[in-house]
Amino acid sequence: MTHPPETTEATAAAPLATAPASAGSGDGGTGDEAGPTRGRWRGRRSYRGTVAPYGFLTPTFVLLLVLMVTPIAMVIGYSFVDRVIINPNSDFVGFENYAQVLGDPVFFKAVSNTAIFAGASVIAHFVLGMGFALMLNSPMISNRLKAVYRAIYILPWLFTVAIVAVLWRMLLSPNGIVNFFVTELGFAEEEIAWLSDPSLALPAITFINIWAGYPFFMVSLLAGLQGISSELYEAARLDRAGPVKQFFNVTLPQLKPIIISMALLDFIWTTQQFALIWMTTGGGPIDATEMVSTYTYKLAFSTYDFAVASASAVIIFLLSMTLAFFYVRHQKSRD
Amino acid sequence: MRKWIGATAAISALALVTACSSEGASDGPSDGDGGGNGETVTLEFAQWWEPELPEGVLRGLMDDFEEANPGIEVELLSGPYASTREQVVAGAASGTMSDVVGLDGAWVSDFVDQGSIADLTALMSDAGYDDGELASQVQLGGSTYMIPVVNFAYMLFTNDGLLADAGVDAAPSTRSEFEAAAIAVSESDENTSGWILPLSLETPNGIQNDVMSWAWASGGSMLTEDGAPDVNNPEVQSAVDFVVGLDEAGAIAPGAATLKEQDKVEEFSSGRVGMMISSLAHINTLRESSPDLDFSLHAVPAEDGYAGERGTPYASWGIGVAENSENKEEAWKLVEFLMSADANGELANAANAFPGNSTAVPEFVTQDEIFQSAFDVWNEGYPANEFVGLPVAEQLMRDMAEELQRVLNGDISVEDALTATQTKWESQF
Repeated sequence: MTHPPETTEATAAAPLATAPASAGSGDGGTGDEAGPTRGRWRGRRSYRGTVAPYGFLTPTFVLLLVLMVTPIAMVIGYSFVDRVIINPNSDFVGFENYAQVLGDPVFFKAVSNTAIFAGASVIAHFVLGMGFALMLNSPMISNRLKAVYRAIYILPWLFTVAIVAVLWRMLLSPNGIVNFFVTELGFAEEEIAWLSDPSLALPAITFINIWAGYPFFMVSLLAGLQGISSELYEAARLDRAGPVKQFFNVTLPQLKPIIISMALLDFIWTTQQFALIWMTTGGGPIDATEMVSTYTYKLAFSTYDFAVASASAVIIFLLSMTLAFFYVRHQKSRD
Repeated sequence: MRKWIGATAAISALALVTACSSEGASDGPSDGDGGGNGETVTLEFAQWWEPELPEGVLRGLMDDFEEANPGIEVELLSGPYASTREQVVAGAASGTMSDVVGLDGAWVSDFVDQGSIADLTALMSDAGYDDGELASQVQLGGSTYMIPVVNFAYMLFTNDGLLADAGVDAAPSTRSEFEAAAIAVSESDENTSGWILPLSLETPNGIQNDVMSWAWASGGSMLTEDGAPDVNNPEVQSAVDFVVGLDEAGAIAPGAATLKEQDKVEEFSSGRVGMMISSLAHINTLRESSPDLDFSLHAVPAEDGYAGERGTPYASWGIGVAENSENKEEAWKLVEFLMSADANGELANAANAFPGNSTAVPEFVTQDEIFQSAFDVWNEGYPANEFVGLPVAEQLMRDMAEELQRVLNGDISVEDALTATQTKWESQF
């Protein structure tokens, strides 16, 4: 039963292995009758060896072409014309759409808000995720209790964005339970409009995003912690290192590759957050929670200015590519 | 190995063919099995109405239509309002709009600019249709592009129990009466507010329903006679000044900047708000969620001393035909059917809305006291919604909402806000 596959494998491997030899033998030539037949056979095998890898890659190439390259190329193309889609006779306008986006103070407000939102989220995700991961990895807590905590801590990650938005809109509403405790416990005299006050809205949605996203860090760091050799900690203890020194000299260096990867990925994902912001504040009050995602969405689906929206999307794409470049470089350096 | 290469090549070819053919397949809406050859024509009808109607009502009407028009079938593409809007916008952009589409008046101008919806005046003329029974039509450049099928009027809802507790005996009819009532309710209990104003930027229709309604109720307008923006005129400024005055008096529920329409209804339903301006469509919602709620409906209060006709804000379920439809004649038949007195009355009855056919009288009007009073208010005034037919209407509302939020935040004056709104609107026109 195993014979045919072995034969197939040998046939598949042979052309790759013999391709250079076949080229070499062609120089000398054999001079006998078998020569041309063997040469054709080797040529066919060589051809197959060259084509086969591309055959395997073709579906991926086709998918990339259809699902990624084409849409991106179209959006880039749209960004250089005027009133695209809406107007059947669009004109080439060069970088005019880019100038319009870059000349709009709201765009810079959106970039600033996005940077604050994403930066604070990533830092808090790391701190909370690390704290909970250390707790769940601690030998001082029984396994049964760890299982309970793990289930509780991971809950926010299981909710969809829509549920998170509705839940926190209710909790933070002026008549919500948060305000009930705030006023009852004497922290404030009257209800606080967490999402409606321009000075509080950005911190409030950043908090919601932190709450919704820390389990991703926690789970990843917990896996990393469980992979650190106990011998390293034993050696550290022999060198009289306390828990703090062990954390900074053993745990953190061991987790560094995971932390950097997670932080970069989280930053990229958070800068692209749209649904949570749209469903909680709609980018308001005024422009207090305007992000690059909501800014671009409004251009496309509220003013139907798909050309300027495309220019905005391309700018965001370039910014994301910068982050992606660092991520890929970090991954390559790890390899 | 050959099999692998062959299989890989076949999959690749299939993927390419699928990718290439998908565009061709989506060039137009469903055209049935042969359209025009005497075979069955299938019309696509995209709308958000079916989920908002009692189950089976719209499908039942379509079955009646199919029975009356052999050879035409209707496929309903139903979804919530927001996703229908995105679907219709995407269809308009790509030329794949459904044959018949549910329209909001705020979308019409943009679709006309795109050339994605058909001139209904021409279709009516081709079909020899008499439009005398149509209550209203949305026209641009002298041609009709949307017909309101049913209308949801927005009126003043008062929680009569809360008003009575606050010492207010009668529903307010003027702005000063409204202000006094709203302040009285707010002061009667620390957990209640006189009025609620949803100003969320996600869905900024609070500007249309809850702010501009004050101007329209007093005969005001935000446009010049030739349809250009004129939002900083004294009538609109007076209405916005009034709203800001209510806020300064503490008569508006907190959190306005992120409140949406459903928040408004929930707050009123739970008895935390004394008055709201809302759609008649919410009457049944209120009755179901709060059976004991004692409420009534009235015209939106007018400026003191105003004796003219009052504009009543409304929103419509409008209907149009896609320009890219290959079955416009059949599509028009469906529109004509929905605008006929019987079908229109049945639809209006199921939706608790006022009919688009002026001869249709829905049953609920004669059977329900609250609806009867609302119908009287509707007939005494005139339908007013100046955002219908304007370009990028939703963005215009959002622009004004942002400026009003700045005023409520104490950043700028009403005058500056309206001047800034006027500048933004002029750039959009």
